Amino acid sequence: MTSALKNIIYNCRQATFLIEKRIAGKITAAETLQLHVHLAGCSVCKIYQQQSILINKVFVGFGNADFKLDEAFKKTLTEKIEKEINKN
Amino acid sequence: MQNETDKGLTAKSLHSDPISWVEKYADYLYGFAMSRLRDEDVAKDLVQDTFLAGLQRLNRFEGNSEEKTWLTAILKNKIADFYRKRSAINLKAVGIEDERQDFFDAESGHWTEKDYPRAFGLEVDNPLMMKELGNILNECLAKLPGLWFSVFSMKHMDDLASELICTELKLTAANFWVIMHRTKLNLRACLQKNWN
Repeated sequence: MTSALKNIIYNCRQATFLIEKRIAGKITAAETLQLHVHLAGCSVCKIYQQQSILINKVFVGFGNADFKLDEAFKKTLTEKIEKEINKN
Repeated sequence: MQNETDKGLTAKSLHSDPISWVEKYADYLYGFAMSRLRDEDVAKDLVQDTFLAGLQRLNRFEGNSEEKTWLTAILKNKIADFYRKRSAINLKAVGIEDERQDFFDAESGHWTEKDYPRAFGLEVDNPLMMKELGNILNECLAKLPGLWFSVFSMKHMDDLASELICTELKLTAANFWVIMHRTKLNLRACLQKNWN
């Protein structure tokens, strides 16, 4: 067994690092194999991976429409714009 | 709607009608900013700055793109500026090289037992539950160092290439991935702590 493979079997720090790298970018074929071997034997990191993907979904899915400006702020903003226009 | 537009006579020749901007775009732009910044005051400031910058550049707006697209582009630049400033402030404070044995045993790299990820026990198809999770996530995001939030948000909200984020925030690729990893570890731990 290569030392890289041996290292990762028990190394959750490295495994979670590779999980993040795979989700947000890409990892090499060797790293994919290492991660595969680790996850096959580590239920804790499997939970981590599920939750990590879930966090991204929730983060991105927080729709723009959930946020509304209050009317008072809009009124002030309109007045500021009118003032700017009248300057010219 | 047409009547509203007609009021902006001053700007009519300029392909744009600033009088109606707030009514038409303020909520949209605010939502756009909030989903990337999670800070009401900053988001409000940037929406205002966007409108004022738009006014100044009005004569350069040629109506080639939609007004909304044009204003959103201005806002995007403002948000990028904000990220840059925020990351500069925090760059020294975060100590990203300081990857201590939080969460993991220093030698083996195993999860320390108190930090074991445990199932959240939530139903992902329950909208109320997901909304609640979103609220907690927001609170957790607010606790992150500014640089981490900027990196995480630029990556996921705007789907920017990692290389571009590194250039914008003056990071090495290695630092970038350390931050992505640390951010997720901390967010997940924070959710676990505050969920239930």
